[in-house]
Amino acid sequence: MKIGLLHSLIRKDEKLLLEAFKNASCELVMIDDRKLIMDFKSAPQVDVLLERSINHSRALHALRLFESIGIKCINKHDVATVCGDKILTTAALAEAGVAQPGSRVAFTEDSAIDAIEEMGYPVVLKPAVGSWGRLLSKVNDRDAAESILEHKTILGSYHHSVFYIQEYIEKAGRDIRTFVIGDECIAGIYRSSKHWITNTARGAEASNCEITPEIAEISLAAANAVGGGVVAVDLLESDRGLLVNEVNYTMEFKNSIDTTGVDIPARIVDHAIQEASR
Amino acid sequence: MATCPVCDADVENPDDPVVGELLTCDDCGCELEVLELKPLKLGEAPEAEEDWGE
Repeated sequence: MKIGLLHSLIRKDEKLLLEAFKNASCELVMIDDRKLIMDFKSAPQVDVLLERSINHSRALHALRLFESIGIKCINKHDVATVCGDKILTTAALAEAGVAQPGSRVAFTEDSAIDAIEEMGYPVVLKPAVGSWGRLLSKVNDRDAAESILEHKTILGSYHHSVFYIQEYIEKAGRDIRTFVIGDECIAGIYRSSKHWITNTARGAEASNCEITPEIAEISLAAANAVGGGVVAVDLLESDRGLLVNEVNYTMEFKNSIDTTGVDIPARIVDHAIQEASR
Repeated sequence: MATCPVCDADVENPDDPVVGELLTCDDCGCELEVLELKPLKLGEAPEAEEDWGE
């Protein structure tokens, strides 16, 4: 059995996966996306491709091309497409009836201002495609809204002029990240920060979060809504209960193994082997 | 022991290094990438791009 690992830089997360693969009964084939050339009719011969690219655009296209020649991928191209775009994620969650913050999409500065005023301040402006909490803006008043929208329009590339506006949820200094593999929510962490952005990439601290039935239920519902697989689900605790903020398809877990006591890379490798056996 | 291509400091070999592995120079703090294994050769890691993430 051959499992391909699509990668670029080998971060701590990928190194932990490599360690887990050493104990697994399969052959690991390293596929560096910086050296990969695809011709639409062939690909490195593997039973399953585990995608760990750091670039969303490379992951997206490589997954599509591997799948087009019949190679099973973790995650599927459709899952990466949905999770990589917050607008598509919100649409998928809405279609599945999964609780999430209110949000609007607008395509001009004027309509974005109208949407923000209708929602009420504060709101959060997010790029539809982006990660690690970068370029998020908490917009507290109309002056800030006008300024940020103008900057995004003039200084950003075209996709920064598609405005994704999300209700601001007061989250008391933390959010929850859960890890879903297949049909199981295997672990979770609280991400705590004094800053309103609680990504660990932005300095938030991780601590164990017990997986309650409620957390497991909404995490699995979110994972299923985007197409399933190996995903990390970000949850916000609100007056309305848990809300799904985002779903990540190339999940980072290096800060969550000791914190949760769950060997997340080993579970990912087990899942890949199971998928290859199907 | 390899050499940091930015500040010329010694960089300790990681356990079981692999090509493409990301390291940080303890002296200058730059992110480095393992380019070759024998002998260990390091280069500057690429700058984060807009679509990097999870």
